[in-house]
Amino acid sequence: MLSHHILSLSIWVPIVAGVFVLVLGSDQRTQFTRWLSLLGGIAGFVVTIPLYTRFNFAQPNFQFVELATWIPSFNIRYYLGADGFSIPLILLTSFTTVIAIISSWEVIKHNVKQYMAAFLIMSGLMIGVFSALDCILYYVFWEAMLIPMFLVIGVWGGPNRVYATIKFFLYTLLGSLLMLIAFIYLYTQTGTFDVVAFYKLPLTMQEQVLIFLAFFMAFAVKIPMWPVHTWLPDAHVEAPTAGSVVLAAIMLKLGGYSFLRFAMPITPDASHYLSSFMIALSLVAILYIALVALVQKDMKKLIAYSSISHMGFVTLGFFLFSQLGLEGGVMQMISHGFISAAMFLCVGVLYDRVHSRQIADYGGVVNKMPVFTAFVVLFAMANSGLPGTSGFVGEFMVILASVKHNFWVAVVAATTLIFGASYTLWMVKRVFYGSVANDQVSALSDLNKREFLLLAILALFTVGLGVYPQAITEMTQSTSALFLNHMAESKLPVAGI
Amino acid sequence: MDTIKTDLLISLPEITVLCMAMVILILDLFLNKQNRMIVYGLAQLTLFVAAYQVWDMHTDTVNYAYSGMFVDDPMSVVLKLGTLLGSSIMLVYTRHYLMLRQLFSGEYYALLLFAVSGMMVMISGHSLLSIYVGLELLSLCVYAMVAMDRDNPRATEAAMKYFVLGALASGMLLYGMSMIYGMTKSLDISQIYQALSESHMSVTELNAVFVLGLVFIVAGVAFKFGAVPFHMWVPDVYQGSPSAITILISTVPKFAGFAMAIRLLEQALAPLMADWQDMLLLMAILSIAIGNITAIAQTNLKRMLAYSTISHIGFLLFGLMSGSLNGYASSMFYVSAYVLMSLSGFGMILLLSRKKFEAENLDDLKGLNQRSPWTAFLMLVTMFSMAGVPPTIGFYAKFSVLQAALEAGFIWATVFAVLMAAVGAFYYLRVVKLMYFDQAEQQVLIDAPLDMRIVLSLNALALLLVGAMPHGLLELCTKAIYFSLK
Repeated sequence: MLSHHILSLSIWVPIVAGVFVLVLGSDQRTQFTRWLSLLGGIAGFVVTIPLYTRFNFAQPNFQFVELATWIPSFNIRYYLGADGFSIPLILLTSFTTVIAIISSWEVIKHNVKQYMAAFLIMSGLMIGVFSALDCILYYVFWEAMLIPMFLVIGVWGGPNRVYATIKFFLYTLLGSLLMLIAFIYLYTQTGTFDVVAFYKLPLTMQEQVLIFLAFFMAFAVKIPMWPVHTWLPDAHVEAPTAGSVVLAAIMLKLGGYSFLRFAMPITPDASHYLSSFMIALSLVAILYIALVALVQKDMKKLIAYSSISHMGFVTLGFFLFSQLGLEGGVMQMISHGFISAAMFLCVGVLYDRVHSRQIADYGGVVNKMPVFTAFVVLFAMANSGLPGTSGFVGEFMVILASVKHNFWVAVVAATTLIFGASYTLWMVKRVFYGSVANDQVSALSDLNKREFLLLAILALFTVGLGVYPQAITEMTQSTSALFLNHMAESKLPVAGI
Repeated sequence: MDTIKTDLLISLPEITVLCMAMVILILDLFLNKQNRMIVYGLAQLTLFVAAYQVWDMHTDTVNYAYSGMFVDDPMSVVLKLGTLLGSSIMLVYTRHYLMLRQLFSGEYYALLLFAVSGMMVMISGHSLLSIYVGLELLSLCVYAMVAMDRDNPRATEAAMKYFVLGALASGMLLYGMSMIYGMTKSLDISQIYQALSESHMSVTELNAVFVLGLVFIVAGVAFKFGAVPFHMWVPDVYQGSPSAITILISTVPKFAGFAMAIRLLEQALAPLMADWQDMLLLMAILSIAIGNITAIAQTNLKRMLAYSTISHIGFLLFGLMSGSLNGYASSMFYVSAYVLMSLSGFGMILLLSRKKFEAENLDDLKGLNQRSPWTAFLMLVTMFSMAGVPPTIGFYAKFSVLQAALEAGFIWATVFAVLMAAVGAFYYLRVVKLMYFDQAEQQVLIDAPLDMRIVLSLNALALLLVGAMPHGLLELCTKAIYFSLK
């Protein structure tokens, strides 16, 4: 019975766990609340495991499908399903939630239950976004997810948190509302909100371009693409560590995933038509944002900009319309999920001890925290795309694909190997090497067991995916082949009919 | 004899409410202060009995009474139930507030019941005359109620403003009605419709008088709704009135206003649809824009909610403007959602008010999450619902209205409306920010009776639950509209 509802379980177990934490937890018995949340997080992760073990890799269509009527007045259905693009992201989400809960263990001292519940509920909602096949169901999850994140940044964030969180919310809301109009427009054409029906709907070029742009507004903000990226550095800097982890590891992926699920297959002709525009924006993100990252003085801001730059590879890979680029883009999303989470956790480790994120406040940390530095160097290498780490695979696949597309695109994209290494390693050099900079640094103590565990798990995945990327590509392979077949067919109405 | 009997039966709920209002007025003379709860109980009982009567005789057909002056159709049943239950919820919220301010008197309840019967007559009015009588019955009671706190200069000022402008609007409405009457020789809604569709609209002179009449009628309706450019009274009256009266003005009368708009614009003047569509479009767009933008600048919570109401009215007009049955149904859903949200929002103001303290400034919400996490959560749900963020009812309300407008082909107007909705989200978020992100300045415990807490909690949770399962209410509105207007 339950085996038919794996996706529902993946969505609702964390949400129900979150409600339990709110009801049962108390701010006096924080330890109990933490363990309860961890239990909920682990339960949420465990129920997603069958998605991997029972997934049929050869079958490109939606699996684990669940279908029920929900709001018949508008033909809105509770329609879930997952394919090779969404399964890795769902697993990443439930996994990251566990990481986020553990990473906030001792750090969050006030309103613990609300904090933990927010992460659990957010996890369920994000999995809902990845698995919804009914556009309104998807939209409900997509918007609802903003509420817990809004609170997480606003309540537990840094000094400028109010500005950052309202900016985050309004940016995302504005884009999403245009997407809603696109959905309703498609509904008036088809009489359903089923995304698969939208795939088959013929649309004129003008309609396609407008719909694509409406989607673009929603997803480009989320990814974020240049020039609508400005909310991200603010949100990251002000968010608590776990908030940054979830934001970077999962929320940004929602935008990338949604391009694959909605914008591109619903409007394939417009996607081709606008592909050079999208590629140009991606290259700006890769090159210009990398340069911006280079001059940052705040570590979190630097990593935030590095995220934008890395997400440029995702959109670049998608809009090359080749199997290699597409799979490279998905691979990049997963790998960035691990690496950025790890980088933000590393900054969190330092911040918890010194309460500063400024690079200038550090120096010579290696003398006091050798184990920690070893981890940081590993993740920094992965962030700059060192072969053998997962960061290399995605970027390399996308660069290869772009060589086939256009040599100069590849040249610009490949500069990231230089700039990415520059800003990451330069930061590592200034923070970790040299002589001990000040008293605060000399008072540092190395990782505790909890932090070690977290970083070790993430290091394992970073190296593991670098050595064995097939773990992801075998999931995405057949789905991306189907996707490209679909994209190759024009949806323009045939003249004269 | 038989017709009189059916006439009386059909209007039984109105008769009940009216009689009980008079009973309360007399009974109150013989009650001392300690026993005044009896009046409250009687008023609640009346509302429930009337609601039961409305429910008991509902059919899927349209029945007329008093030679077509009065109609009982599924739409009126739903709207009356909404009015009666909404008023009952409101009574629960206001009791404590009134007691603390020495306003807990028989007149409040008598006037309220008169106002409710006025709304019910408006909802069921099927002739220009009965609609107007219902409207005046409602308005006169509300003018008096605004002025009830007579030692409060702001309330008196608000009452004066409301009365003068309201009388002007009634005059406009009446003037418009007189023109329509003059041209069609009838006050009856169906006969006006018939006369209009049979008349030759190509004769420009004839058309001009109709359109002029229509302009005045639309202006009158827009004033009662508080749509831009007839909105200037809304913020002042909302702010100036005691909160227990503001909640009355801002909630249930919108049901009656909606019914009036449907009766006048759709049932009587549908042949002039092309003309009133343009007017409504303009007012809808302006209301959404001005309501949302001006609300940002407010520091007074009641004033902010007043501007938020203006923008909600804009969305409501959006549905009406679509001119289709779906559009009307979406508008009816919007008005129901709006009343629920507004009850919850103003209920929260009443909950946070104390003796000699009006919780009406935004800063009074500071740090509410520390003082009372549950109350803060309820307000959070209300605010996100007003902003139209899923999974709340406010989202489906906006969704259905936008859907109707898109179906009718108003693409760019819809795009504009959602952009403004995003602007509007800012001031709702600011309320959440004050409650959750800021430190509390006062550590006063919230003191309110248990029944109010329970009803308010259910009210706010309903925003979430109906948001999760909106089908029932949507279906109810759709059916009511389809059965009544087909």
